[in-house]
Order: sequence, then structure tokens, then C-alpha cells
Amino acid sequence: MSLNIIVCAKQVMDPETPLSAFNVDEAAKRVVPAQGIPPVVNGFCENAVEAALKIKEAAGDATITIISLGNDFVMDVMKKPLSMGADQMILIQDPAAENLDALGTATVLSKAIEKIGEADIVICGQQASDWDNAHVPLGISEMLGIACLSEARSIDLGDGTVTVASSRSDGYDVFEAPLPCLITVSNEIGEPRYPTLRGIMQASRKSPETWTLNDLDLSESDVSPVLTLSELFVPASDRQCEIIEGEDEADSGRLLALKLREEKII
Amino acid sequence: MSEIIIFAEIDGDGLHSTAGELISAGKKIAADTGNVVSAALIGGNQDLASQAISLGADKVYLANDDAIQEGVADAYLAALHKICINAEPTVVLTSKTPIGRAVGPRLAYRLGSGIAQDCMDVSADGDSGRVTVTRPVYGGNAMAKFTFADKDPQVVIMRLKAFEAMEPDSSRSGEVIEFELSLDESDIKTKLVETVKEESEGVRLEDAAVIIGMGRGLGGPEPFSQLEELAKVFNGAVGASRAVCDAGWLDHSYQIGLTGKTVTPDVYITVGISGASQHMAGCSSSKNIVAINKDGDANIFKEASFGVVGDWEKVLPAFTETARELLES
Ligand SMILES: Cc1cc2nc3c(=O)[nH]c(=O)nc-3n(C[C@H](O)[C@H](O)[C@H](O)COP(=O)(O)OP(=O)(O)OC[C@H]3O[C@@H](n4cnc5c(N)ncnc54)[C@H](O)[C@@H]3O)c2cc1C
Repeated sequence: MSLNIIVCAKQVMDPETPLSAFNVDEAAKRVVPAQGIPPVVNGFCENAVEAALKIKEAAGDATITIISLGNDFVMDVMKKPLSMGADQMILIQDPAAENLDALGTATVLSKAIEKIGEADIVICGQQASDWDNAHVPLGISEMLGIACLSEARSIDLGDGTVTVASSRSDGYDVFEAPLPCLITVSNEIGEPRYPTLRGIMQASRKSPETWTLNDLDLSESDVSPVLTLSELFVPASDRQCEIIEGEDEADSGRLLALKLREEKII
Repeated sequence: MSEIIIFAEIDGDGLHSTAGELISAGKKIAADTGNVVSAALIGGNQDLASQAISLGADKVYLANDDAIQEGVADAYLAALHKICINAEPTVVLTSKTPIGRAVGPRLAYRLGSGIAQDCMDVSADGDSGRVTVTRPVYGGNAMAKFTFADKDPQVVIMRLKAFEAMEPDSSRSGEVIEFELSLDESDIKTKLVETVKEESEGVRLEDAAVIIGMGRGLGGPEPFSQLEELAKVFNGAVGASRAVCDAGWLDHSYQIGLTGKTVTPDVYITVGISGASQHMAGCSSSKNIVAINKDGDANIFKEASFGVVGDWEKVLPAFTETARELLES
């Protein structure tokens, strides 16, 4: 039996954007994209693609479909999961879905997963590095009414079940759930593989399907927000750093300890 | 009177440290809205209920069921869902613990209401009862305020230690309600197969008063022993950046930050850490931050109160030696 794996992946601003290039438009309540720094596929979503590819390798027969909800997609960026080895991609883009809150996003994505049909495993990154919500996937599992395993650091496919390990502060827990299920992955699942030349060639021949809300039988009123952004700002740091300088670096280290003692910090 | 429900977790024989923090956060909202603050104590007992009341809870829902198993979110979720259907709270607060951050969102989605996670502050409008939260976004590069629309319950996940628990006061009084759960087998889809403890020696990161932070600037796993030596001088612990953990130099249990542990030591001494916002998200509430970094322009110097610009290999041994002498004398 072929396994049907769906991975949700999001295009985000590069989180490695230097702070000097990070700007907020407070009036518009949005982050201004940094000039000349292309967006990326969210890191945890790439981990999710990697997890899906490993499951496919273990299962032998599987189809991996990437779905993404967003706007201003940069095709060179978004095709990365395809070049890594995913089979197909669906992009959901709609002017009415440009400023959805997490509930709206989960509504659209779960509708898309239902439309694709018969998903065995849905895999998502644990959070996206723009809004750091870390709960849209959990919402999808609720809407689909399937088991939810979060922050997996390893995934093992069984016979009609999956087993995942999730980190805890003093070790890890191992959970088992029946298929179908949704799994969110942490970076501990493993580095996403680099696309091979062959993968890039294959991806270049694939064109993602594009869906709108209409294709999902959704209207704007189905995705009206329950949470509104009321302010966005860059926090001011009030800390002033006193740089300790001695005759040489070792002396600076010595003086630093003396200073911390004098200030009763140590 | 409408209420605010806090999800009071249990840790061993006592309440989890976050229970008191959530009660305090609930009290702050209640001061504006006049709500009562109730603790949902799932899998607890009378003794723990009294503890919650001594920390300020006006009411405790004591809910037990054989299906409740420590670490399994499904059961806590089903229980909290039942309590919410019954009590119709305006606000539900959970903590950003492994269980709290799984249960809170799923509850909100199950009830079709709003959810905000990793919140550092909460407030409410006295007239409308609408809650506004403050939380970091974009890896901590920006802060955002979100306001809930007119749909209850408003579910808020609090960052650990964002609020301080009140001093327990056994003269406080409150009502304990034994809540009948009768969970259904179909409520629990996941099974906890095994819990593996990876005991680390020494002081726990979360409890340490002094933490030494190991960054990618150390170049490899070997310098860990030198940091450990420094940590021992203070009876502290060593933590690390994600770069260090991803490189496999240290296990991920050492990771401090947005996707690692949140720590609040008296002093956090970073060595070879650049101070990326995602790292600072886990340590910016430290009382004092000290930086040793060879790059004077590194962001860590914007967060630190004292620092040395220099090569750690030269700075650290002298620092450790002097600190040891000072503390022994
Ligand atoms: C969604 C998301 C979540 C994340 N979560 C976390 C998280 O939880 N925790 C976390 O830490 N990171 C997290 N990160 C990663 C974070 O953005 C940074 O990449 C990471 O913190 C960098 O670690 P570092 O400071 O050790 O390394 P670097 O940024 O590489 O800094 C190394 C520093 O060492 C200094 N240095 C080099 N050589 C020497 C020397 N000889 N002597 C002294 N100094 C030297 C350099 O000047 C530099 O400042 C996250 C990223 C994303 C996108």
C-alpha cells in the first residue's frame, strides 16, 4: 500500500537577516522585507520535508505532497522541497487569505489536506520563524480529528502506527499513535538534505498547482480572525555594556572577575 | 460569575512551579475584569487543591480519571475541554511546558477560539473583558501585542517565569469542586510507550543561579571541560546555543533559547555566543549577562552589562582562576 504523506511548508523571511536590516513598519504593523535578502523555506519545515523523505525511504512506496499557504511566493525558494525529493506541490494563494490569523491558516490547510484526500501522515515543522506561533499544526490535527504528536526528534513507522520520541527537560518520551496522524518535528529530527543536481533538474520540470479559497469551498467569512495584531515594535534594550580592558586579553579576563566581584554579581 | 481557568500542572508530589505563576497571571486579568480565578487540577488530590488555593486560586476543579497518564496530552486536553464546556470560562491560561503548549492550542482550536503562545504579559479591558497579550515574534527581533476577538475562551500560553507566584498563604480560602470526568477511550489516541531519563550530573540548568553559556565560537566540543570547571567554581551549570547542539558538541538538553530552555539565573556568562535574538529569547530575563566574545560588534554586547572583547582561549583561563581565588578567599 502506498503511503500518502503531506508536508506543510511556509515561506518566511530569512531568520538569519542581520539585525541592522530588520525593520518594522509600526504604522502598518508589519516587518519590512530586507532589501536583497531572499525569503527561505522555514527551517523547521525543511526538517519536516527531511522527515518525510526518511519515512518514504523506510516505507518504500510513498507520495510526498507539499502544501503551502502564502503570498508573493518566490518559486526558486519554494521549489526546494521538490528538489530535495518531494513528489508534488500545491500552493494556496488568495488575496482574501493574505492576513489570516492562526485559526484561519489552520482552517485553510486542513481543508486542503481533506481535498487531497486520504492522508496517512501530515508532517509540519514545530513553528515558523516569523510569528513563532507553534500551534497551527496542532489546529490542523484538531480540525482533521486525527492523532497529534508534537516536537518529534525521531519518527519510526510501524504497521499502521508511528512511534515518535519527543525531548523533555531531562530526557525524552516515546509515543505511539495510529495512522492517520499529524506530527510536528523539531530540528533534532536531523539536518535537511542538500538537493542533488538530479533533484534540482527534476524539480525544474514540475509546476506546482495553485489553489484559491474558492477551490477549497471557503469564503472570507470562514477565515475571519479571532486574534488581531494591535501593535508591532522592536524592543529597546536598556542594557549598557561596560567593556573591561586590561593590558592583554588574559588581564582583561582577570579584571572582569574582579569587576563582577566588586559589583557583587559573583 | 464568569471565570478564568488556569491549567495547574503537577510535578511529582507537588504542584508544578508554573501553577502559581499562572494563578498570578490570572489574578492580573481578574483585577481588571472581576473574574474569579479557578485552577483545573487534573489528576490531583485534596492536598494539591489546598496548595493551589494557598497560591491564590479562588476555586479548584479537582478532576480524576483512570485514563489520565502523566505526559499524555490527549487525556489532559479531553479533561480540560470537558471542564471548559461546563464552566464556560472567558480565559484559559496554560504554561509553555511540553504539556501546556500542546493542550492550550488544541483546546482553543477544538472550541474554535483564539490562542496566543509564549506570552510575556497579559492585560484585559475591564468593560469588554478582551485580553491583550505581549509576545515576542520573529525570533524575538520584534514584540507584538495581540488582542482577542469576541469569542471565548481566550486561550493564553504563558512563557515560564513571566509571572511570579505569590507566597503561599494557608489562610486563603477557596472552593474545591470534584469534577466528574468519565473520559471516553476514543479521547486518547496517543499512547506513552516509554519515558527515558537522561540524568545529567550537577545543578539543573533551570535551577542554576550561575550559568556558563557555550557558543559556536569555542570551535568544538573540547572546551566544554573548561566551561564546566568554571561552572563548578560557582556551583552553576553549563548551557549552550543551538549552534553548539546542532553541531553535536553537546546534547540538545543543554540548549537555551526560543526552542530550548528558558533560564533566569542571577548571572549568565556567555563565551563565544553571538547573541542571536532566538538565543536571547531564552535568557534575556537573566539578572546579569556577561559576554566574552572576540567581535566587539556582536549583538551579545547589546544585551550584556559587562564584557570582554577578546579570544576566549586567552580570556577564560585568567577569568576562571581569578574567580576561583575570589570565591575561595
Ligand atoms: C526558528 C529558530 C529557532 C532558534 N532557536 C534557537 C534557540 O533556541 N537557541 C539558540 O541558541 N539559537 C536558536 N536559533 C539559532 C540562532 O539564530 C543562532 O544561529 C544561534 O544562536 C547562534 O549560536 P552561536 O551564538 O553559538 O553561534 P554564532 O552566531 O556563530 O556566534 C559565534 C560567536 O563566537 C564568537 N567567536 C568566535 N571565535 C571566538 C573566539 N576565539 N573567542 C571569542 N569569541 C569567538 C564570534 O564573534 C561570534 O559572535 C534559532 C533559529 C531559528 C531560525
